Amino acid sequence: MGATTTKIVAVTGNQAVAEALRQLNPDVMPAYPITPSTGIMESFTKFVSDGKVDTETILVESEHSAMSACIGASAAGGRVATATSAQGLALMWEMLHIASGYRLPILMALVNRALSAPLNIHGDHSDGMGMRDCSWIQLFSENAQEAYDNTIMAYRIAEHKDVRLPIAVNMDGFIISHSIESMTFIPDAEVKKFVGDYIAIDPLLDIDHPKSIGALVLPDYYMEHKRAQHEAMLNAKKVISDVSAEFARLFGRTYDLFESYRLEDAEVVLVALNSAAGTIKDEVDRYREKGVKAGLLKPRVFRPFPYEEVGAALKNAKAVCVMDRADSYGGYGPLFMEIASAVQPHRGPVLFNKVYGLGGRDLMPLDVDQLIDETIEVAKTGKAKMIKEYITVRN
Amino acid sequence: MKQMNWNELPHAGSILKAGNANEYKTGSWRSLKPRWIEENCIQCLFCWIYCPDSAVSVKDEKMTGFDYDHCKGCGVCAMECPGKKGNKAIVMEEEGK
Repeated sequence: MGATTTKIVAVTGNQAVAEALRQLNPDVMPAYPITPSTGIMESFTKFVSDGKVDTETILVESEHSAMSACIGASAAGGRVATATSAQGLALMWEMLHIASGYRLPILMALVNRALSAPLNIHGDHSDGMGMRDCSWIQLFSENAQEAYDNTIMAYRIAEHKDVRLPIAVNMDGFIISHSIESMTFIPDAEVKKFVGDYIAIDPLLDIDHPKSIGALVLPDYYMEHKRAQHEAMLNAKKVISDVSAEFARLFGRTYDLFESYRLEDAEVVLVALNSAAGTIKDEVDRYREKGVKAGLLKPRVFRPFPYEEVGAALKNAKAVCVMDRADSYGGYGPLFMEIASAVQPHRGPVLFNKVYGLGGRDLMPLDVDQLIDETIEVAKTGKAKMIKEYITVRN
Repeated sequence: MKQMNWNELPHAGSILKAGNANEYKTGSWRSLKPRWIEENCIQCLFCWIYCPDSAVSVKDEKMTGFDYDHCKGCGVCAMECPGKKGNKAIVMEEEGK
Protein backbone atom coordinates (compact mmCIF):
# COMPACT_ATOMS: atom_id res chain seq x y z
CA MET A 1 0.00 0.00 0.00
CA GLY A 2 1.36 3.41 -0.96
CA ALA A 3 2.10 5.55 2.05
CA THR A 4 2.64 8.69 -0.01
CA THR A 5 -1.01 9.27 -0.86
CA THR A 6 -2.09 11.06 2.26
CA LYS A 7 -2.70 14.65 1.20
CA ILE A 8 -6.39 15.41 1.65
CA VAL A 9 -7.94 18.13 -0.47
CA ALA A 10 -11.43 19.64 -0.79
CA VAL A 11 -12.49 19.84 -4.44
CA THR A 12 -15.50 19.49 -6.70
CA GLY A 13 -15.94 16.39 -8.85
CA ASN A 14 -15.04 18.42 -11.92
CA GLN A 15 -11.85 19.68 -10.31
CA ALA A 16 -10.94 16.14 -9.26
CA VAL A 17 -11.30 14.84 -12.81
CA ALA A 18 -9.44 17.85 -14.23
CA GLU A 19 -6.60 17.12 -11.80
CA ALA A 20 -6.53 13.49 -12.96
CA LEU A 21 -6.37 14.68 -16.56
CA ARG A 22 -3.52 17.06 -15.69
CA GLN A 23 -1.60 14.15 -14.22
CA LEU A 24 -2.39 11.93 -17.21
CA ASN A 25 -1.13 14.73 -19.50
CA PRO A 26 -2.86 13.64 -22.73
CA ASP A 27 -1.37 14.72 -26.07
CA VAL A 28 -4.61 16.16 -27.39
CA MET A 29 -7.87 17.22 -25.74
CA PRO A 30 -10.62 18.35 -28.11
CA ALA A 31 -13.78 19.51 -26.35
CA TYR A 32 -16.84 21.70 -26.58
CA PRO A 33 -17.98 22.88 -23.15
CA ILE A 34 -21.42 21.87 -21.91
CA THR A 35 -22.98 22.03 -18.45
CA PRO A 36 -22.26 20.35 -16.07
CA SER A 37 -18.94 19.11 -17.49
CA THR A 38 -17.75 22.64 -18.35
CA GLY A 39 -15.75 22.90 -15.13
CA ILE A 40 -13.44 20.11 -16.28
CA MET A 41 -12.43 22.02 -19.40
CA GLU A 42 -12.33 25.29 -17.47
CA SER A 43 -9.76 23.87 -15.05
CA PHE A 44 -7.91 21.95 -17.72
CA THR A 45 -7.47 24.84 -20.16
CA LYS A 46 -6.01 26.80 -17.23
CA PHE A 47 -3.45 24.02 -16.80
CA VAL A 48 -2.66 24.36 -20.50
CA SER A 49 -2.32 28.16 -20.31
CA ASP A 50 -0.11 27.86 -17.24
CA GLY A 51 2.14 25.33 -18.98
CA LYS A 52 1.32 22.57 -16.48
CA VAL A 53 0.61 20.06 -19.25
CA ASP A 54 1.91 19.37 -22.75
CA THR A 55 -1.60 18.89 -24.08
CA GLU A 56 -2.87 20.57 -27.21
CA THR A 57 -6.47 21.56 -26.61
CA ILE A 58 -8.71 21.95 -29.62
CA LEU A 59 -11.77 24.10 -29.00
CA VAL A 60 -14.09 22.91 -31.71
CA GLU A 61 -17.44 24.10 -33.03
CA SER A 62 -19.56 21.18 -31.79
CA GLU A 63 -19.35 17.90 -29.92
CA HIS A 64 -19.57 15.99 -33.17
CA SER A 65 -16.37 17.78 -34.14
CA ALA A 66 -14.90 17.20 -30.69
CA MET A 67 -15.24 13.44 -31.03
CA SER A 68 -14.10 13.61 -34.66
CA ALA A 69 -10.96 15.46 -33.56
CA CYS A 70 -10.44 12.87 -30.80
CA ILE A 71 -10.63 10.12 -33.42
CA GLY A 72 -8.19 11.89 -35.75
CA ALA A 73 -5.70 12.59 -32.98
CA SER A 74 -5.96 9.09 -31.56
CA ALA A 75 -5.62 7.43 -34.97
CA ALA A 76 -2.55 9.61 -35.56
CA GLY A 77 -1.04 7.99 -32.46
CA GLY A 78 -1.78 10.41 -29.62
CA ARG A 79 -3.18 9.86 -26.16
CA VAL A 80 -6.51 11.66 -26.24
CA ALA A 81 -9.24 12.78 -23.83
CA THR A 82 -12.45 14.79 -23.90
CA ALA A 83 -15.29 15.77 -21.58
CA THR A 84 -19.00 16.16 -22.19
CA SER A 85 -22.57 15.77 -20.93
CA ALA A 86 -26.10 15.04 -22.19
CA GLN A 87 -26.83 16.71 -25.57
CA GLY A 88 -23.11 16.97 -26.18
CA LEU A 89 -22.77 13.21 -25.90
CA ALA A 90 -25.90 12.77 -28.01
CA LEU A 91 -24.34 14.87 -30.76
CA MET A 92 -21.21 12.69 -30.60
CA TRP A 93 -23.23 9.51 -31.01
CA GLU A 94 -22.34 8.78 -34.62
CA MET A 95 -18.65 9.27 -33.91
CA LEU A 96 -18.71 7.16 -30.71
CA HIS A 97 -19.16 4.10 -32.92
CA ILE A 98 -16.30 5.19 -35.18
CA ALA A 99 -14.00 5.59 -32.16
CA SER A 100 -14.72 2.07 -30.93
CA GLY A 101 -14.80 0.53 -34.42
CA TYR A 102 -11.32 1.96 -35.06
CA ARG A 103 -10.35 0.58 -31.63
CA LEU A 104 -9.05 3.91 -30.34
CA PRO A 105 -8.49 4.13 -26.57
CA ILE A 106 -9.97 7.62 -26.14
CA LEU A 107 -10.86 8.73 -22.61
CA MET A 108 -14.11 10.60 -22.01
CA ALA A 109 -15.11 12.26 -18.76
CA LEU A 110 -18.90 12.00 -18.89
CA VAL A 111 -20.68 14.16 -16.35
CA ASN A 112 -24.14 12.63 -16.36
CA ARG A 113 -27.02 14.97 -17.19
CA ALA A 114 -30.61 14.51 -18.31
CA LEU A 115 -31.31 14.56 -22.03
CA SER A 116 -33.73 17.14 -23.38
CA ALA A 117 -36.67 17.61 -23.86
CA PRO A 118 -37.85 19.11 -21.61
CA LEU A 119 -34.60 21.03 -21.38
CA ASN A 120 -32.88 20.24 -18.10
CA ILE A 121 -29.28 20.61 -17.00
CA HIS A 122 -29.31 18.40 -13.89
CA GLY A 123 -28.07 14.91 -13.29
CA ASP A 124 -29.51 11.64 -14.47
CA HIS A 125 -28.14 8.72 -16.46
CA SER A 126 -30.07 9.07 -19.72
CA ASP A 127 -26.93 10.28 -21.53
CA GLY A 128 -24.71 7.44 -20.33
CA MET A 129 -27.36 4.80 -21.00
CA GLY A 130 -27.74 6.20 -24.50
CA MET A 131 -24.16 5.16 -25.29
CA ARG A 132 -24.68 1.63 -23.98
CA ASP A 133 -24.38 -0.02 -27.38
CA CYS A 134 -21.53 2.14 -28.71
CA SER A 135 -18.83 -0.35 -27.61
CA TRP A 136 -17.30 2.05 -25.09
CA ILE A 137 -16.15 0.77 -21.72
CA GLN A 138 -18.34 2.49 -19.12
CA LEU A 139 -17.21 3.08 -15.55
CA PHE A 140 -19.51 4.70 -12.97
CA SER A 141 -18.35 6.68 -9.95
CA GLU A 142 -20.14 7.29 -6.66
CA ASN A 143 -18.17 10.40 -5.66
CA ALA A 144 -15.28 12.66 -6.61
CA GLN A 145 -12.69 10.20 -5.27
CA GLU A 146 -14.06 7.38 -7.41
CA ALA A 147 -14.31 9.64 -10.47
CA TYR A 148 -10.66 10.62 -9.95
CA ASP A 149 -9.51 7.04 -9.38
CA ASN A 150 -11.49 5.70 -12.34
CA THR A 151 -9.96 8.40 -14.54
CA ILE A 152 -6.46 7.50 -13.36
CA MET A 153 -7.14 3.84 -14.20
CA ALA A 154 -8.91 4.54 -17.51
CA TYR A 155 -5.97 4.59 -19.93
CA ARG A 156 -4.47 1.47 -18.38
CA ILE A 157 -7.72 -0.34 -19.19
CA ALA A 158 -8.49 1.21 -22.57
CA GLU A 159 -4.94 0.96 -23.91
CA HIS A 160 -4.33 -2.66 -22.86
CA LYS A 161 -3.33 -4.64 -25.93
CA ASP A 162 -6.16 -7.12 -25.45
CA VAL A 163 -8.72 -4.30 -25.20
CA ARG A 164 -7.97 -1.12 -27.19
CA LEU A 165 -11.44 0.38 -26.82
CA PRO A 166 -12.54 3.87 -25.81
CA ILE A 167 -13.61 4.42 -22.21
CA ALA A 168 -16.10 6.75 -20.50
CA VAL A 169 -15.86 7.62 -16.82
CA ASN A 170 -19.27 8.66 -15.48
CA MET A 171 -20.13 10.79 -12.48
CA ASP A 172 -23.39 12.51 -11.53
CA GLY A 173 -23.87 16.04 -12.80
CA PHE A 174 -24.05 18.72 -10.08
CA ILE A 175 -24.50 16.23 -7.23
CA ILE A 176 -20.85 15.23 -7.68
CA SER A 177 -19.48 17.52 -10.40
CA HIS A 178 -20.29 20.72 -8.47
CA SER A 179 -20.21 19.58 -4.83
CA ILE A 180 -17.04 19.98 -2.80
CA GLU A 181 -15.84 16.81 -1.09
CA SER A 182 -12.69 15.89 0.72
CA MET A 183 -10.58 13.40 -1.15
CA THR A 184 -7.02 12.33 -1.86
CA PHE A 185 -4.86 12.94 -4.91
CA ILE A 186 -2.06 10.59 -5.84
CA PRO A 187 1.33 12.34 -6.30
CA ASP A 188 2.16 13.19 -9.92
CA ALA A 189 5.19 10.93 -10.14
CA GLU A 190 3.22 7.91 -8.92
CA VAL A 191 0.44 8.54 -11.45
CA LYS A 192 3.01 8.88 -14.22
CA LYS A 193 4.62 5.59 -13.23
CA PHE A 194 1.28 3.81 -12.88
CA VAL A 195 -0.07 4.96 -16.24
CA GLY A 196 3.16 4.61 -18.22
CA ASP A 197 3.90 5.71 -21.77
CA TYR A 198 1.40 5.23 -24.54
CA ILE A 199 2.44 3.04 -27.44
CA ALA A 200 -0.05 3.39 -30.27
CA ILE A 201 -0.80 0.37 -32.47
CA ASP A 202 -0.45 1.15 -36.19
CA PRO A 203 -0.55 4.96 -35.84
CA LEU A 204 -1.18 6.97 -39.00
CA LEU A 205 1.72 9.35 -38.23
CA ASP A 206 4.17 6.47 -38.66
CA ILE A 207 4.78 7.70 -42.20
CA ASP A 208 7.37 5.04 -43.02
CA HIS A 209 4.53 2.53 -42.88
CA PRO A 210 1.62 3.98 -44.87
CA LYS A 211 -1.74 2.42 -44.06
CA SER A 212 -5.47 2.91 -44.31
CA ILE A 213 -8.02 2.87 -41.53
CA GLY A 214 -11.76 3.00 -41.93
CA ALA A 215 -11.96 1.34 -45.34
CA LEU A 216 -15.30 0.14 -46.69
CA VAL A 217 -16.06 -3.34 -45.33
CA LEU A 218 -18.81 -5.32 -47.01
CA PRO A 219 -20.80 -8.34 -45.77
CA ASP A 220 -17.83 -10.66 -46.39
CA TYR A 221 -15.80 -9.08 -43.55
CA TYR A 222 -18.04 -6.82 -41.41
CA MET A 223 -18.98 -9.58 -38.96
CA GLU A 224 -15.34 -10.60 -38.45
CA HIS A 225 -14.57 -7.00 -37.45
CA LYS A 226 -17.46 -6.94 -34.99
CA ARG A 227 -16.55 -10.36 -33.59
CA ALA A 228 -13.04 -9.05 -32.83
CA GLN A 229 -14.59 -6.00 -31.13
CA HIS A 230 -16.80 -8.27 -29.01
CA GLU A 231 -13.71 -10.19 -27.93
CA ALA A 232 -12.01 -6.95 -26.87
CA MET A 233 -14.98 -6.12 -24.65
CA LEU A 234 -14.90 -9.62 -23.13
CA ASN A 235 -11.18 -9.17 -22.42
CA ALA A 236 -11.83 -5.78 -20.80
CA LYS A 237 -13.47 -7.42 -17.77
CA LYS A 238 -10.29 -9.19 -16.67
CA VAL A 239 -8.14 -6.18 -17.50
CA ILE A 240 -10.35 -3.94 -15.34
CA SER A 241 -10.03 -6.39 -12.45
CA ASP A 242 -6.25 -6.64 -12.88
CA VAL A 243 -5.69 -2.89 -13.16
CA SER A 244 -7.97 -2.27 -10.17
CA ALA A 245 -6.06 -4.84 -8.11
CA GLU A 246 -2.76 -3.16 -8.97
CA PHE A 247 -4.28 0.23 -8.11
CA ALA A 248 -5.44 -1.11 -4.74
CA ARG A 249 -2.00 -2.54 -4.02
CA LEU A 250 -0.25 0.75 -4.84
CA PHE A 251 -2.71 3.33 -3.57
CA GLY A 252 -4.84 1.51 -1.03
CA ARG A 253 -8.30 2.05 -2.48
CA THR A 254 -10.05 -1.12 -3.60
CA TYR A 255 -12.31 -1.33 -6.63
CA ASP A 256 -13.83 -4.21 -8.53
CA LEU A 257 -16.41 -4.73 -11.24
CA PHE A 258 -19.07 -3.72 -8.73
CA GLU A 259 -19.14 -2.78 -5.07
CA SER A 260 -20.81 -5.11 -2.60
CA TYR A 261 -21.99 -3.23 0.44
CA ARG A 262 -23.12 -5.52 3.29
CA LEU A 263 -24.21 -7.88 0.55
CA GLU A 264 -22.73 -11.17 1.78
CA ASP A 265 -25.78 -12.35 3.74
CA ALA A 266 -28.26 -9.74 2.47
CA GLU A 267 -31.85 -10.82 1.87
CA VAL A 268 -33.15 -7.46 0.66
CA VAL A 269 -30.91 -5.73 -1.84
CA LEU A 270 -30.95 -2.40 -3.59
CA VAL A 271 -29.01 -1.93 -6.83
CA ALA A 272 -28.02 1.56 -7.93
CA LEU A 273 -25.33 3.40 -9.88
CA ASN A 274 -23.31 6.48 -8.97
CA SER A 275 -24.08 8.99 -6.21
CA ALA A 276 -27.37 7.45 -5.00
CA ALA A 277 -25.26 4.63 -3.57
CA GLY A 278 -23.93 6.97 -0.88
CA THR A 279 -27.41 7.69 0.46
CA ILE A 280 -28.38 4.03 0.19
CA LYS A 281 -25.34 2.90 2.22
CA ASP A 282 -26.44 5.13 5.12
CA GLU A 283 -29.92 3.65 5.06
CA VAL A 284 -28.63 0.09 4.72
CA ASP A 285 -26.64 0.73 7.89
CA ARG A 286 -29.75 2.01 9.70
CA TYR A 287 -31.76 -1.06 8.68
CA ARG A 288 -28.89 -3.38 9.64
CA GLU A 289 -29.00 -1.81 13.12
CA LYS A 290 -32.69 -2.74 13.24
CA GLY A 291 -31.78 -6.31 12.34
CA VAL A 292 -32.83 -6.22 8.68
CA LYS A 293 -30.46 -8.05 6.36
CA ALA A 294 -30.23 -5.23 3.84
CA GLY A 295 -27.46 -4.69 1.31
CA LEU A 296 -26.42 -2.72 -1.75
CA LEU A 297 -24.90 -3.75 -5.05
CA LYS A 298 -23.36 -0.80 -6.88
CA PRO A 299 -22.17 -1.61 -10.41
CA ARG A 300 -18.96 0.18 -11.30
CA VAL A 301 -18.52 -1.39 -14.72
CA PHE A 302 -21.63 -1.14 -16.88
CA ARG A 303 -19.91 -2.14 -20.11
CA PRO A 304 -18.66 -4.83 -20.20
CA PHE A 305 -21.43 -5.86 -17.78
CA PRO A 306 -20.24 -8.51 -15.31
CA TYR A 307 -23.27 -10.82 -15.62
CA GLU A 308 -21.77 -13.95 -14.01
CA GLU A 309 -20.33 -12.09 -11.04
CA VAL A 310 -23.47 -10.03 -10.40
CA GLY A 311 -25.65 -13.13 -10.78
CA ALA A 312 -23.56 -14.99 -8.21
CA ALA A 313 -23.67 -12.02 -5.82
CA LEU A 314 -27.46 -11.73 -5.99
CA LYS A 315 -28.55 -15.35 -6.26
CA ASN A 316 -29.13 -15.83 -2.54
CA ALA A 317 -31.09 -12.61 -1.98
CA LYS A 318 -34.86 -12.81 -1.53
CA ALA A 319 -35.85 -9.54 -3.19
CA VAL A 320 -33.89 -7.04 -5.25
CA CYS A 321 -34.98 -3.50 -6.03
CA VAL A 322 -33.16 -2.21 -9.10
CA MET A 323 -33.05 1.57 -9.25
CA ASP A 324 -32.77 3.28 -12.60
CA ARG A 325 -31.89 6.96 -13.02
CA ALA A 326 -32.91 6.66 -16.68
CA ASP A 327 -35.75 4.98 -18.50
CA SER A 328 -36.02 2.89 -21.62
CA TYR A 329 -39.53 4.09 -22.41
CA GLY A 330 -41.76 1.16 -23.18
CA GLY A 331 -39.21 -1.19 -21.63
CA TYR A 332 -37.77 -1.67 -18.16
CA GLY A 333 -35.02 0.61 -16.91
CA PRO A 334 -31.64 -0.14 -18.52
CA LEU A 335 -29.98 -1.25 -15.27
CA PHE A 336 -32.94 -3.50 -14.44
CA MET A 337 -32.60 -5.27 -17.79
CA GLU A 338 -28.96 -6.06 -17.02
CA ILE A 339 -29.66 -7.27 -13.49
CA ALA A 340 -32.52 -9.45 -14.75
CA SER A 341 -30.17 -10.97 -17.34
CA ALA A 342 -27.53 -11.56 -14.66
CA VAL A 343 -29.94 -13.25 -12.24
CA GLN A 344 -31.82 -15.22 -14.90
CA PRO A 345 -29.65 -18.40 -14.80
CA HIS A 346 -30.28 -18.76 -11.05
CA ARG A 347 -33.48 -19.52 -9.16
CA GLY A 348 -32.84 -16.11 -7.80
CA PRO A 349 -34.63 -13.32 -5.98
CA VAL A 350 -37.81 -11.50 -6.96
CA LEU A 351 -36.80 -8.44 -8.97
CA PHE A 352 -38.56 -5.13 -9.36
CA ASN A 353 -37.63 -1.81 -10.91
CA LYS A 354 -37.92 1.77 -9.67
CA VAL A 355 -37.24 4.79 -11.83
CA TYR A 356 -35.97 7.71 -9.72
CA GLY A 357 -34.06 10.94 -9.85
CA LEU A 358 -34.77 11.95 -13.46
CA GLY A 359 -33.67 15.48 -14.36
CA GLY A 360 -31.81 15.79 -11.06
CA ARG A 361 -34.75 15.09 -8.74
CA ASP A 362 -33.41 14.39 -5.26
CA LEU A 363 -33.36 10.94 -3.76
CA MET A 364 -33.77 11.51 -0.03
CA PRO A 365 -32.96 9.03 2.75
CA LEU A 366 -36.71 8.69 3.41
CA ASP A 367 -37.24 7.64 -0.24
CA VAL A 368 -34.61 4.94 0.19
CA ASP A 369 -36.31 3.80 3.42
CA GLN A 370 -39.56 3.36 1.52
CA LEU A 371 -37.76 1.27 -1.07
CA ILE A 372 -36.14 -0.92 1.56
CA ASP A 373 -39.55 -1.34 3.29
CA GLU A 374 -41.10 -2.38 0.00
CA THR A 375 -38.22 -4.76 -0.72
CA ILE A 376 -38.73 -6.35 2.72
CA GLU A 377 -42.42 -6.79 1.84
CA VAL A 378 -41.59 -8.33 -1.54
CA ALA A 379 -39.12 -10.68 0.16
CA LYS A 380 -41.90 -11.77 2.55
CA THR A 381 -44.64 -12.28 -0.04
CA GLY A 382 -42.38 -13.46 -2.85
CA LYS A 383 -44.25 -11.18 -5.21
CA ALA A 384 -43.78 -7.61 -6.49
CA LYS A 385 -46.95 -5.57 -6.86
CA MET A 386 -45.58 -3.65 -9.82
CA ILE A 387 -42.50 -4.67 -11.78
CA LYS A 388 -41.68 -1.13 -12.89
CA GLU A 389 -42.74 2.08 -11.23
CA TYR A 390 -41.70 5.75 -11.05
CA ILE A 391 -40.99 6.94 -7.51
CA THR A 392 -40.85 10.44 -5.97
CA VAL A 393 -43.28 11.55 -8.66
CA ARG A 394 -46.43 13.56 -7.85
CA ASN A 395 -49.54 11.43 -8.17
CA MET B 1 -7.72 -14.84 -51.92
CA LYS B 2 -8.17 -16.81 -48.66
CA GLN B 3 -10.47 -14.96 -46.31
CA MET B 4 -9.22 -14.25 -42.79
CA ASN B 5 -10.98 -15.36 -39.62
CA TRP B 6 -12.01 -12.73 -37.07
CA ASN B 7 -8.94 -13.38 -34.92
CA GLU B 8 -6.59 -13.08 -37.89
CA LEU B 9 -7.59 -9.54 -38.85
CA PRO B 10 -5.01 -6.79 -38.33
CA HIS B 11 -5.73 -4.58 -35.31
CA ALA B 12 -8.88 -2.52 -35.93
CA GLY B 13 -9.07 -4.04 -39.41
CA SER B 14 -6.48 -1.52 -40.63
CA ILE B 15 -5.05 -2.00 -44.09
CA LEU B 16 -1.33 -2.19 -43.45
CA LYS B 17 -0.07 -2.88 -46.96
CA ALA B 18 -0.04 0.18 -49.17
CA GLY B 19 -1.55 -0.32 -52.62
CA ASN B 20 -3.12 -3.69 -51.92
CA ALA B 21 -6.32 -2.68 -53.74
CA ASN B 22 -4.44 -4.09 -56.74
CA GLU B 23 -5.14 -7.57 -55.33
CA TYR B 24 -8.89 -6.97 -55.40
CA LYS B 25 -10.19 -7.74 -58.87
CA THR B 26 -13.18 -5.65 -59.85
CA GLY B 27 -13.33 -6.46 -63.56
CA SER B 28 -16.37 -8.70 -63.10
CA TRP B 29 -18.46 -5.66 -62.11
CA ARG B 30 -18.33 -4.48 -65.74
CA SER B 31 -21.32 -4.53 -68.09
CA LEU B 32 -19.73 -2.29 -70.71
CA LYS B 33 -16.17 -2.84 -71.88
CA PRO B 34 -13.86 -0.19 -73.36
CA ARG B 35 -12.22 -1.13 -76.65
CA TRP B 36 -9.10 0.71 -77.79
CA ILE B 37 -8.86 1.61 -81.48
CA GLU B 38 -5.17 2.29 -81.85
CA GLU B 39 -5.29 4.03 -85.27
CA ASN B 40 -7.51 6.79 -83.79
CA CYS B 41 -5.32 7.32 -80.71
CA ILE B 42 -3.27 10.54 -80.49
CA GLN B 43 -1.63 9.48 -77.18
CA CYS B 44 -3.00 12.48 -75.30
CA LEU B 45 -3.39 10.19 -72.21
CA PHE B 46 -6.66 11.83 -71.17
CA CYS B 47 -8.00 8.30 -70.60
CA TRP B 48 -5.13 7.61 -68.19
CA ILE B 49 -5.69 10.91 -66.35
CA TYR B 50 -9.45 10.48 -66.04
CA CYS B 51 -9.66 6.75 -65.25
CA PRO B 52 -10.88 6.55 -61.64
CA ASP B 53 -9.43 3.07 -61.22
CA SER B 54 -5.92 3.25 -62.73
CA ALA B 55 -7.10 0.71 -65.29
CA VAL B 56 -5.49 2.33 -68.32
CA SER B 57 -2.17 0.62 -69.02
CA VAL B 58 0.69 2.92 -69.98
CA LYS B 59 4.21 1.95 -70.99
CA ASP B 60 6.98 4.42 -71.90
CA GLU B 61 4.45 7.26 -71.77
CA LYS B 62 2.21 5.54 -74.32
CA MET B 63 -1.27 4.13 -73.84
CA THR B 64 -1.09 0.37 -74.50
CA GLY B 65 -4.58 -0.89 -73.59
CA PHE B 66 -6.71 -1.64 -70.54
CA ASP B 67 -6.28 -3.58 -67.32
CA TYR B 68 -9.49 -5.59 -67.57
CA ASP B 69 -8.92 -7.15 -64.12
CA HIS B 70 -9.77 -3.77 -62.58
CA CYS B 71 -11.69 -1.73 -65.20
CA LYS B 72 -15.30 -1.41 -63.98
CA GLY B 73 -16.55 -0.17 -67.34
CA CYS B 74 -17.60 3.29 -66.19
CA GLY B 75 -16.97 4.78 -69.65
CA VAL B 76 -15.27 7.97 -68.50
CA CYS B 77 -12.28 7.23 -70.76
CA ALA B 78 -14.51 6.86 -73.83
CA MET B 79 -16.36 10.06 -72.92
CA GLU B 80 -13.15 12.08 -72.56
CA CYS B 81 -11.31 10.58 -75.53
CA PRO B 82 -10.91 13.33 -78.21
CA GLY B 83 -9.98 10.76 -80.87
CA LYS B 84 -8.59 11.73 -84.24
CA LYS B 85 -10.60 13.76 -86.76
CA GLY B 86 -13.87 12.98 -85.02
CA ASN B 87 -13.20 9.25 -84.64
CA LYS B 88 -13.01 8.02 -81.03
CA ALA B 89 -10.03 5.89 -80.01
CA ILE B 90 -12.07 4.34 -77.16
CA VAL B 91 -15.55 2.93 -77.60
CA MET B 92 -17.75 1.13 -75.07
CA GLU B 93 -19.15 -2.23 -76.09
CA GLU B 94 -21.44 -4.58 -74.29
CA GLU B 95 -19.70 -7.36 -72.36
CA GLY B 96 -19.95 -10.76 -73.97
CA LYS B 97 -20.48 -9.31 -77.40
